[in-house]
Amino acid sequence: MSDYRVLPGPEHFLPPAAASMGICLPNPGEAHINGVIAPEEKAYEEAARQFLMAKVPTIFPGPLVLWAWNEKAAKKATAVRHLFNTLVECVQPGQKPMLIPMPDYRPKYPKINPEVEINPNHPNLTIWHNRIDCCMFIGVHCHQANLSLKIIRGGTSCYTIAMCAQAGHEDAMLSFRDASVEKIMKLADTVKRLKGTVQPRLASAKNGVSS
Amino acid sequence: MADIHSVIGTKNKKGQTYTDTWKLMNEAPRTPSFFTGSEVIKEALRRASCDVMIAYPITPQSEAAALIGELFAEGYIGDYFRGESEFAVMSQCAGAAFGGARVFTTTAGPGTMRAMENFPMWSGARLPIQMIVTCRGINSPLSIQPDTLEIAYLLNTGMLVWHAETAQDFFDWILKGYMVSEEPDVHLPLALCCDGFFVTHTKDVVNLTPADMCLPPYDPYRSPVPCMDMECPPVRMMRDPFVMKSNYISYATHASWQQEIWAAVERSRKHSIHWLNGLIDTENTDAEIIIVASGTAVSQGREAIRLLEDEGVRCGLVKVKTLRPWPEEEIREATKNAKHIFVPEFNVTGWLAKEIKATIPNPERVHAGPRVCGGMTMPPEIIVSEIKTALGMKTFSLAGRGS
Repeated sequence: MSDYRVLPGPEHFLPPAAASMGICLPNPGEAHINGVIAPEEKAYEEAARQFLMAKVPTIFPGPLVLWAWNEKAAKKATAVRHLFNTLVECVQPGQKPMLIPMPDYRPKYPKINPEVEINPNHPNLTIWHNRIDCCMFIGVHCHQANLSLKIIRGGTSCYTIAMCAQAGHEDAMLSFRDASVEKIMKLADTVKRLKGTVQPRLASAKNGVSS
Repeated sequence: MADIHSVIGTKNKKGQTYTDTWKLMNEAPRTPSFFTGSEVIKEALRRASCDVMIAYPITPQSEAAALIGELFAEGYIGDYFRGESEFAVMSQCAGAAFGGARVFTTTAGPGTMRAMENFPMWSGARLPIQMIVTCRGINSPLSIQPDTLEIAYLLNTGMLVWHAETAQDFFDWILKGYMVSEEPDVHLPLALCCDGFFVTHTKDVVNLTPADMCLPPYDPYRSPVPCMDMECPPVRMMRDPFVMKSNYISYATHASWQQEIWAAVERSRKHSIHWLNGLIDTENTDAEIIIVASGTAVSQGREAIRLLEDEGVRCGLVKVKTLRPWPEEEIREATKNAKHIFVPEFNVTGWLAKEIKATIPNPERVHAGPRVCGGMTMPPEIIVSEIKTALGMKTFSLAGRGS
């Protein structure tokens, strides 16, 4: 197994792809935390803890859930909204959950408006601007998600979570695979269950895994 | 929208049953058939649920391309046409794949070189096109004969590159290749190479799966990039994408994009091992002498090992099946006992030996040869001679024959 660990950055001027450092994707029923394969149950707990610790826990929904291109996508979008509402209910004063869409992948020139969107080609701008210290990608095409996750790890200290509908993302600090409405709802339930048990973080996300 | 699992067990318009690929390849009955490599390509395509094949004539793949035309006439291929050149063919393949089709093409030698610009584009655009490369000479003066130099040019394109030894490999790997390259975490083109003529134009017994069973169709909605999105990279390449801008963010994005292509090559490792039963095959790796080869050089190496055994020299064999992903760990493990590693190759530069030297500890163990090129055959006796010479054993010279 690789000694490399996928941790919050800023990691490097050009951080490597985690896959090239020997990090493997989880098999069905598994997740990974910091590049180490873990049972999915443990990942729900860890993801919920990271959300509840963060000063600005943020969900980045992508085109696959923002557009009602099939019935499943519409249901997922409703579940994502439910997760966000759960975060709003469960955080403490001073924490500020955000829901910022990645509506498409067009490079935004001359300048992105980081208040209202995130873009895979320069996701760090939105993260820096809003001081986001924990985020979750959902409904973003895998290639663009990996593009973003590497850039975020390279230049920010944000903790990244991927709720991937396919095989998962090594470049996130925590990744689920085969995302479904049920999995999103289960994450929301876990956040609700852990409400009040996690101290919000005062410093940066640099330490990675919560204890 | 296609759902692969929902179509299993149903029939296509030719009456073939969409079959779970693992069952098709591992459990379905096989019929021994005596075919040329070109005919085997056709038979694999008959079972591949291929949407589009684009052809252009160049020896030695022309026969396979023409035979697949017959499949189109019979209704097994969704669309089939001849491009204006190899460059056009590969661009047209990209267009079809961008549109969500399962795409197949064949090329060789100068055709591969002419189309080269397209291959990193395919990888960058995450298009799981399958291309058969029936390797032949590429340099002036013209040669249509077997020579694997073109593979060296493919190794850094970001494509998956596999090297078939036999027609049986070809049949199985064409079908399995789609399963690996279409995985959403891989989703890369595959260059499935063989040594032209030696494989394409010789007959061999090949065990075929039933003709009334075929692969499930490709599902483009599992692609890691949006299917047919004209507004965003990778489809939209030439108007205000990041590649056309000069600033740090653009460079960093492009760097991250390149890393993602090679990350996808790495991810193919797990799937390739699953489908090919390992990235390498090995025999007698406890021997102090090991032959490491790919393509038909494996067959020649196997015969050389038999000849050496007759003389009391024990020798092991490593057959390298995938060049990308590169079986680094596997080769290191398989050669750990070897004092001498011989790498017979059908090209002038010895690209396989260079890869192996860069992979293993104590690379001075590698004897980069014997090598032939330009269409020469590689008699097993010259491998035997090379090994015996390195061991300080008396050997005869083949050079004087015919004088």
